[in-house]
Amino acid sequence: MLRLEKRPSPSAFWEKASPFLAVILTMIAGGIMFWILGKNPFEAIRTIFWDPLFNDQFASYSRPQLLVKAAPLILIAIGLSLGFRAGVWNIGAEGQYIMGAIFCAAAGLAVYPVESRLVFPVMIVAGALGGFLWAMIPAILKTVFRTNEILVSLLLVYVAQNILAMMALGALRNPEGGGFPGSRNLSQIPAMANPELIAGTGMHWGVVAAFMAVIAGYILLQRHILGFQIKLAGQAPRAARFAGVSPARLVILCLGISGALAGLAGMFEVTGPAGQISIDFNVGYGFTAIIVAFLGRLNPVGILFAGLLMALTYIGGELAQFMLGLPSAAIQAFQGMLLFFLLATDLLTNFRIRLGQRKAA
Amino acid sequence: MNRRNLLATAALGLGLSFGGAAFAESHAKTKACFVYVGPIGDGGWTYQHHQGALAVQEAFGDKVEIAYQENVPEGADAERVLTQMALSGCNIIFTTSFGYMDQTNAVAAKFPDVKFEHATGYKREYPNVSTYNARFYEGRAVQGLIAGRMTKSNKIGYIASFPIPEVIMGINSYYLNAKKVNPAVELSIVWAFTWFDPAKEADAAKALIDQGVDVIASHTDSTAPLAEAAKTDGAVIGFGQASDMAEYKDGPRVSSIIDNWAPYYVKRVGALMDGTYEQADTWDGIAGGEVEIGEITDRVPAEVKAEAEALRDAIAAGTYHPFTGPIKKQDGSDWLAEGEVASDGDLLGMGFYVEGIVGDIPK
Amino acid sequence: MFGNIDPALLIAALMVNSVPIMLAATGELVVEKSGVLNLGVEGMMIMGAICGFVTAVVTGNPYLGFLGGALGAMALSAIFGFLTQVLQTNQVASGLALTLFGLGLSSLIGQSYVGIKPPATGDLPLGPLKDIPFLGEAVFGHDWMVYGSILIVAAVWWVLKYSRLGLILRAVGESHEAAHALGYKVTRIRMLAVLFGGALAGLGGAYVSLVRVPQWTDGITAGAGWIALAIVVFASWRPWRVLAGAYLFGGVSVLQLNLQAAGSVIPVEYLSMAPYLITILVLVIMSSGRGKAALAAPACLGQNFHASR
Repeated sequence: MLRLEKRPSPSAFWEKASPFLAVILTMIAGGIMFWILGKNPFEAIRTIFWDPLFNDQFASYSRPQLLVKAAPLILIAIGLSLGFRAGVWNIGAEGQYIMGAIFCAAAGLAVYPVESRLVFPVMIVAGALGGFLWAMIPAILKTVFRTNEILVSLLLVYVAQNILAMMALGALRNPEGGGFPGSRNLSQIPAMANPELIAGTGMHWGVVAAFMAVIAGYILLQRHILGFQIKLAGQAPRAARFAGVSPARLVILCLGISGALAGLAGMFEVTGPAGQISIDFNVGYGFTAIIVAFLGRLNPVGILFAGLLMALTYIGGELAQFMLGLPSAAIQAFQGMLLFFLLATDLLTNFRIRLGQRKAA
Repeated sequence: MNRRNLLATAALGLGLSFGGAAFAESHAKTKACFVYVGPIGDGGWTYQHHQGALAVQEAFGDKVEIAYQENVPEGADAERVLTQMALSGCNIIFTTSFGYMDQTNAVAAKFPDVKFEHATGYKREYPNVSTYNARFYEGRAVQGLIAGRMTKSNKIGYIASFPIPEVIMGINSYYLNAKKVNPAVELSIVWAFTWFDPAKEADAAKALIDQGVDVIASHTDSTAPLAEAAKTDGAVIGFGQASDMAEYKDGPRVSSIIDNWAPYYVKRVGALMDGTYEQADTWDGIAGGEVEIGEITDRVPAEVKAEAEALRDAIAAGTYHPFTGPIKKQDGSDWLAEGEVASDGDLLGMGFYVEGIVGDIPK
Repeated sequence: MFGNIDPALLIAALMVNSVPIMLAATGELVVEKSGVLNLGVEGMMIMGAICGFVTAVVTGNPYLGFLGGALGAMALSAIFGFLTQVLQTNQVASGLALTLFGLGLSSLIGQSYVGIKPPATGDLPLGPLKDIPFLGEAVFGHDWMVYGSILIVAAVWWVLKYSRLGLILRAVGESHEAAHALGYKVTRIRMLAVLFGGALAGLGGAYVSLVRVPQWTDGITAGAGWIALAIVVFASWRPWRVLAGAYLFGGVSVLQLNLQAAGSVIPVEYLSMAPYLITILVLVIMSSGRGKAALAAPACLGQNFHASR
């Protein structure tokens, strides 16, 4: 019989190798699924993992798009990872993302058509503030009334979606849009646009911010006292309290930072790739980022890679859909499988698999 | 000046080289591509667009190749999907949701050889962008007449999605034409604030029924309102929306508005193949076949059925317009004078209820 | 302000509205009581919805449909159980992946079932009870699942509170080390709890596709699983409060639509946010009122357990 034996310390080899093993296992399982659906499995796998990066026809376009797609995921996941380490459960990043976009668009459009270099920085601050304030609702309710932050942050996503619809239909609606919903296209207003900084790279300010967040997250966790407190509070809450870490302060900080980063992600998205406030502006980055945070093992560098991998499956999945006619549901199921295998193979890092019966202790 | 222009210069080279190559090899076969906002299994909006795509395949057989993508979110993802489709050699791309408007135009700028067709929008910033829409309000007028004639409680209902001109236009048309045949009629509106949430749509129908409404029209995509009406043992009737919803024919569904995109898609792809394609802004209705009135069932008395069919035919022939004056706005101000018909511009930007409807449009 | 809304009809509507989230939340409550956090409720519900629908259509029997829904969702939850309990994966991430997988798989299974009507689930014949004024209309005119779900809540409450099984389950959730030391099989008990949670989520999903909205379309549960998760927290992990929470949320949802239909003067945009805001508000009032009410989460919630000896 197989059994698991905990390693005295995590295996450095498997820590690096297990994601590759997971991808290979996913290719096999996914290939079987594609084969059942009547598609050529090798072609499907190649289209998902290879074509976005190296196909002659697409790659020069889709490679930079990886950064565009991954940036909001990484930015949000870095913020969430701090809270998750400390045991603060912000499930509502989606709502903070929406509010960041709304605040930023409102700030920018309030001064329209002023053309000043100050507009964009002000919008950045407004975006971060929007996400921060929205996250402060669960934070304050938690610290003052001990209301569970999972419930409050999650339900506030739906409220934010309602506010988004109101804004797209009402206050922020493009007055020159003939009564149709949706704001002015911010990416077409020079003072408010978040453009591609170097042509053909996909690099926009949101990508820059995501990289900066990775570095800042790394330094915070490795070098800063706050990072130490966060880790301590997660691993040993009682010890943390004795060490003088205030739980209320941690709740405010963790929710505040993750809210602000989610708000920033919304801000860079609405001024760049998405372009405008619309009823369906949010596409689930806030929820996907939770997966990204854990796939990256709550580690900033890991989150960077996890975000890029998720982006690859999105873009490769899109290619597979219209090149091969795979249903989008098959791609969803495929992504689910990939996550299962990534999570499962992580086992090899911390455990040895042994044959035979358990020895008597 | 912005990202789009920067990218355009870079991608223009790309587009020319790849687009050119793709075009050369595709002389034998035309590739028509479709971008959908929902899954093709939604039984409504996206399902009907996909039926249109299948009709193109049917009509031209081996001479066309169809590709499509489901569940494409509006915004950044749409722009990427469109670009990848253009790069893959699509000759004509149909973008089937209002929210793809800016992305369609942005990508069209980069690929001047590819034709873009955007549904329900109004921006045609480049010569290779056309727009198309259907005059669904014409179908609403027929439903309104049936509702006005059939209601016993004189209360009719409307499940609305979002307060956009398209929906408001439908509500007004439904109400005006119900009122025309039944001056005592009252309209209750429930805003679901969603396009698709079957459970919520069922609840909305239930709420209307509990208020004494006995004819329900809906502007959301699922059959849930009909399913809810079916539980009343025939006391409440409703209409199919977007697709025929024929499975409720033996129950509450007395007629339907069918979005029929097939004639338009076949026409446009055909024009592209024989070289007669031109930029266009198409807004056809019952006459053009885009709006189809599904079979009126026997639950509707013969004379009402005949009246509804006469209305349908009059609209198709152009002898009747569902918005014909005198019509006042809800606040009592004049909109259309005696005999005047609404301009397309007024309809497309409609942001008010007509006189007689109670309640405010959500803002 | 409530104008001409008939309270009996309102109660009747909210009882039906609340069934899916009540079932799924009760299942999740048992899972969480055992110390496992499964965020895949939405994925399990939609698997239940499609498996129930397919079973009912193929067999022509709605009751077998519910069984099929429960089994389908249970099979999905078994993946989660295997990953988290045997392979020690992170529960939050595994649950979210489960939702993604379930949404995709259900849509694949359902491709040829769009636009079909399932066999009808009949009302429970309660005879003379139905003729009681007010109550008859409000409470005694429903299908059997409405009463079944309340019975399930009662049973879960009784088992957790009075039975040995409930005691073990709670022990495992509060301190798996201690429970293990006492000789209980932590992994096995948690696995069973996960399967039970899956079955109830599946019943809830099947209720959506067989009764609430008798049809199949992609994404039919439309987020009900997330609300169920919130209701568990709202309930502070107590079964009767799950019922109260589901009725509160369902009631406000139904009420806001009724207010619209009745032509209320409250702007629609505020009405449509009301279910979420009122749920938060009530929880804030409850959690501030009593000292430790907010700290009722099982102590080992979300932590993996590996028997080292």
